[in-house]
Amino acid sequence: MSPRTTSVWFRFRLYIAGHTANSARAIGNLKAICRKYLPQRHEIEVVDVFEHPARALTDGIMMTPTLLRVEPSPPIRIVGSLSATPVVLETLQILPDVDAK
Amino acid sequence: MPTELHELQTVLADGVTKAATGLAGFDEITGGGLPRGRTTLLSGGPGSGKTIFATEFLVHGARNLAEPGIFVAFEESPDRIVSNFAAFDWDLARLRNTSLFFLDAQPAPDLIQSGEFDLGGMLASIEAQSTLIGARRIVFDALDIVLALIKDPTARRQEVYRLHHWLLKQNLTAIITAKAGGDETSALGSPPFGFMSFMVDCAVVLNHRVSQGVSQRNLRIQKFRGSAFDEDEAPFVVGERGFDVAIARTLGGVDMAPSSERVSSGVGRLDTMLGGGFYRGACILATGMPGTAKTTLSGAFAEAACRRGENTLFVSFDSDGAEVVRNLQSVGIHLGRFETEGRLRMVSARTITGSAETLMVRIKTLAKDHAARCLVIDPVSAFSSSGNELTARNVAERLVDWAKSQGITIFCTSLVDDVNPFRSGTPLQISNLADTWIHLNYLVQAGERNRGMSIVKSRGTAHSNQMRELILSDEGVTLADIYTAGGEVLMGTLRWEKESAARMAEDIADVASQLKSVSLDAEEAILEVRAKSLQTELQAKQVEKKLHTRIAETREKERSRGRRHLGELRGADSIESDSP
Repeated sequence: MSPRTTSVWFRFRLYIAGHTANSARAIGNLKAICRKYLPQRHEIEVVDVFEHPARALTDGIMMTPTLLRVEPSPPIRIVGSLSATPVVLETLQILPDVDAK
Repeated sequence: MPTELHELQTVLADGVTKAATGLAGFDEITGGGLPRGRTTLLSGGPGSGKTIFATEFLVHGARNLAEPGIFVAFEESPDRIVSNFAAFDWDLARLRNTSLFFLDAQPAPDLIQSGEFDLGGMLASIEAQSTLIGARRIVFDALDIVLALIKDPTARRQEVYRLHHWLLKQNLTAIITAKAGGDETSALGSPPFGFMSFMVDCAVVLNHRVSQGVSQRNLRIQKFRGSAFDEDEAPFVVGERGFDVAIARTLGGVDMAPSSERVSSGVGRLDTMLGGGFYRGACILATGMPGTAKTTLSGAFAEAACRRGENTLFVSFDSDGAEVVRNLQSVGIHLGRFETEGRLRMVSARTITGSAETLMVRIKTLAKDHAARCLVIDPVSAFSSSGNELTARNVAERLVDWAKSQGITIFCTSLVDDVNPFRSGTPLQISNLADTWIHLNYLVQAGERNRGMSIVKSRGTAHSNQMRELILSDEGVTLADIYTAGGEVLMGTLRWEKESAARMAEDIADVASQLKSVSLDAEEAILEVRAKSLQTELQAKQVEKKLHTRIAETREKERSRGRRHLGELRGADSIESDSP
């Protein structure tokens, strides 16, 4: 209903720790949500903390997977494999009723 | 404890090398510290000192051993930790971000969680930091907080495994702290800590109890793979330098060689009784009821020590230091001058609050700071008023042990209110540790109270077994022989009276005996005279008897001669004489 959500560009950074089940699940869940609710207006960067530990340190990543909403600001983070979709949508302020229709 | 010894122990400890913690006493009971490159689980209830222990371990590494460390804070923010510990002389603020790094790993209060997660991110972050500063030590403070966020027990366990493996791979000496309930079995028994204590190489349990209203902190090493350790619960205190763990004297430890040097007791006659004084580095115990001059005796000892130019620490529990000095002045013991000079340090232990353990640590610190060679604890029985008797006894023993190991001559007084102090030893049972035990008592006789002193024992010294009367005058403390009469011990005025009575009786007896001998002489003389006169009489009688015999003979002779002559005259007719 709200027009502002439709025009906003979403930039995500997803921190994962190696190729674990949690990592795979998080990537899959995030991609599915973006496809469904944010088509053509999202960008996902996947960072493996073991490959880029310094980045994990800078962003203060303690638990993995952690999803960081870099844009729009303010930054928001969600910890976990993003399996509970309603929680993710609410937290990231993606209104399902606008784009899902 | 010298560091060379530590290093030696570290190498000797059967293959397991150890990382010194720098916690006073802890390295001694573990034989060098925590297992190097391994993980130690430190558990305890709230306020049991886990974070202090862990932080001190890091500080020691960073500051003294060039082993940088990382502190992973799950419960408190790093800023808070640094400011909380500013009171310790650890220099945390300076160490921070140079060789000691704090990682804020507190889960955000508004943490949004969706689905499962693991600690991979944290490990990666730490690894990055660790590589950056070349960390050798790491602390995970309150790991339970983050683990509690993982709902699935299997996943939780998996995270602990992951952490453990990662730590081993990193070759970091680690401490993981975790909460346990009031008693050590509660939270540790429940997962994931139950298996965590099996997994780690070393487990230390801290607890904080209140015993008879006095707080008592204890530390116990639950396990230590590949190393011998002291299995008993060890009391500890947190002082201004951090942890101070009480250690029993380790067997075969480096002790001060026993000295054969004698130090004066401050009472000349007592020195004589002991064959020259106390041994240097000995423990002297003076027991007695209130008012038996225990403090006076300890004052005399302190004064003598100061006279010799030895730093002395006088810990008084009963009264203020200045009061003790003033009171002793009246019996000719002048401590004020030495106190002004700084030779003597008077401490009123009433100002120190806390458990017996705290007291002991404070006294040790004071003695160290003062470089004391002689130490007076007046009375040592005061320890038992701060905590349960069992602990107090232990504390007193350890204080004595410590003093002995430092070569400090320690003079303890102990109050006994029992009439017979030998029945169960002194209240604190340190009598068995004492090298010289002096017992003071008093005798109430004829409205007087007089002090008596005897040496109960004195190791390695021939000593008098006789009781002495302790006389306090403004010239000081002197000892006098006591007077025993008919199995009765007399002191004071009675002794004096009895002594003078005895002297008089002796005089009288002398005179009487002289008189007797004179009278005997007289009797003898009389008898001699009588004997002589009888002799003379006898002689006279004998002469008289002889004379008498002779006269009788003569008369007979005359008579027969006369008859014959008459016959001749009458014509010899003897019949005639019969005619009428």
